[in-house]
Amino acid sequence: MAGARHGGDPPACDVTVAATEQALAEVFREEAGRLAASLVRVLGDFTLAEEVVQDCLLVAWERWRADGIPASPSGWLWTAARRRAVDVVRRDARYRAKLALLAAAPPPDPDPDDRLALLFTCCHPALSAQAQVALTLRTVCGLSTRQIACAFLVSEQAIVQRVTRARRKIGAAGIPYRVPDADQLAPRLAAVLSVIYLLFNEGYLTSGGAEPQQRDLTDDAEWLASLLARLMPAEPEVLGLLALIRLHRARARARFDAAQRLVLLADQDRALWDHAAIDAAAGLLARAARLRKPGPYQIQAAIVACHAEAPSSAQTDWPQILLLYDALLVHLPSPVVVLHRAIALGQVAGPAAALASLDELGGTLDSYHLFHATRAQLLRELGRPGQARHADEQALGLTANPAERALLEQRLTSPAGPGPAI
Amino acid sequence: MKYLLMFCGNDEDAMAFAALTADELKERYALVGRWFAENRGRIGSTGQLQGPQTATSVRPAADGGDGAVVTDGPFLEGKEQIGGYAEIEVADLDEALGMAKTWPGRGTVEIRPLVTSR
Repeated sequence: MAGARHGGDPPACDVTVAATEQALAEVFREEAGRLAASLVRVLGDFTLAEEVVQDCLLVAWERWRADGIPASPSGWLWTAARRRAVDVVRRDARYRAKLALLAAAPPPDPDPDDRLALLFTCCHPALSAQAQVALTLRTVCGLSTRQIACAFLVSEQAIVQRVTRARRKIGAAGIPYRVPDADQLAPRLAAVLSVIYLLFNEGYLTSGGAEPQQRDLTDDAEWLASLLARLMPAEPEVLGLLALIRLHRARARARFDAAQRLVLLADQDRALWDHAAIDAAAGLLARAARLRKPGPYQIQAAIVACHAEAPSSAQTDWPQILLLYDALLVHLPSPVVVLHRAIALGQVAGPAAALASLDELGGTLDSYHLFHATRAQLLRELGRPGQARHADEQALGLTANPAERALLEQRLTSPAGPGPAI
Repeated sequence: MKYLLMFCGNDEDAMAFAALTADELKERYALVGRWFAENRGRIGSTGQLQGPQTATSVRPAADGGDGAVVTDGPFLEGKEQIGGYAEIEVADLDEALGMAKTWPGRGTVEIRPLVTSR
């Protein structure tokens, strides 16, 4: 593993030939998890397998970048991994038994796909949320610690530490490598989904920014969700999350203008949206609905679908969206959901009703910039510009995101400026 | 794998426990007794500790010499305390988590794997 170069600084992101880099990344994403899963299965040791896989991927990256990708990447990796594993287990007291296992082990079988157990291990609740994300990216998606560090704008050293600590804990604390039993499956699946969604949100916030060469985490999140949907086709929330991610990504091209400024939903050029992808995601959501087990991801996807399917901002089906938020509140009774519901309520019942519902939250969202930005918009609609201005200033003081700041500043300098910063 | 389940609580838990009526206490002990019976095959040595006010700590002398310093009170300062423990042997952390989740006492259960010579 290449060492961290400078302590606390964000690492420099290398730019190489884009096509090669992307081709390599795609092959790695397909192969890394399979290789890790097979090796854990053979060795019965997650920590050891993960270490071996990362060593092999590093060698493969260098070699393939120079010589090209071999015809059978999985065969190449399996041979390299087995050789490397033999080296490593020689140091192990029980190496004879493991050597025998390695010698007899067939190359990774694409079916059944062992990556499901891998995903559940990486997203085990006994690991911190940060560790779950880093480990999933590394072990299931095959990202290097350097790529993960780049994506999260933290030092590579920090990621190495996070992954190493998590890997040690998996071994030492006996975190199992298997799909959880039926009685534990629901909460454990929820944990996996939340890691994927967190990854997506992280990528969504940083996308379109000043660093186009940065790894697109939204792509990894969609890939993970579609992998999970293939492995658990009867879980409607998995399909819901995949639909949610695809619906957001289908509108990505319209989110920023030519000057990289954030464009609000109401002002986006809907011709730029990928309508084929929106239709496909809606189909996926319908498939989930037929399984008759609604959940927060399906409902959120349905809300985004309502927006995505509206021919224009004015033709948005707000009463339907309001109903969906009511349903979402049952599953996810959080102040942030109340905040988003208030926007829909404002469209259906007017700004006074929306403001009243926000007032009921008390001070719970006082440190959340979108709470103040939403209040500002409602106050402006109610003809209370002084209070609106004060709320916008509060919002501005609470966000560091350059795109959001630009929007709020514009609103403060021109009273007829853009609408809600959501 | 072997783990130690440590049954922990804070001051509030301790006060709530002290406030239990005789009947409630009996009921609680019955639940705890049932939990131990249900998990009998997986449990090794167990114990309930007396309160932290009964604790005495011995630590090496600050000057690094041979002397030891004996003080009144527990090593873990603050509001959390360990009230009891059970050593268990189970397949993996998920099985240990399953046991901890059904523990009928109040408070937090900390799960620690034991070091075993392999």
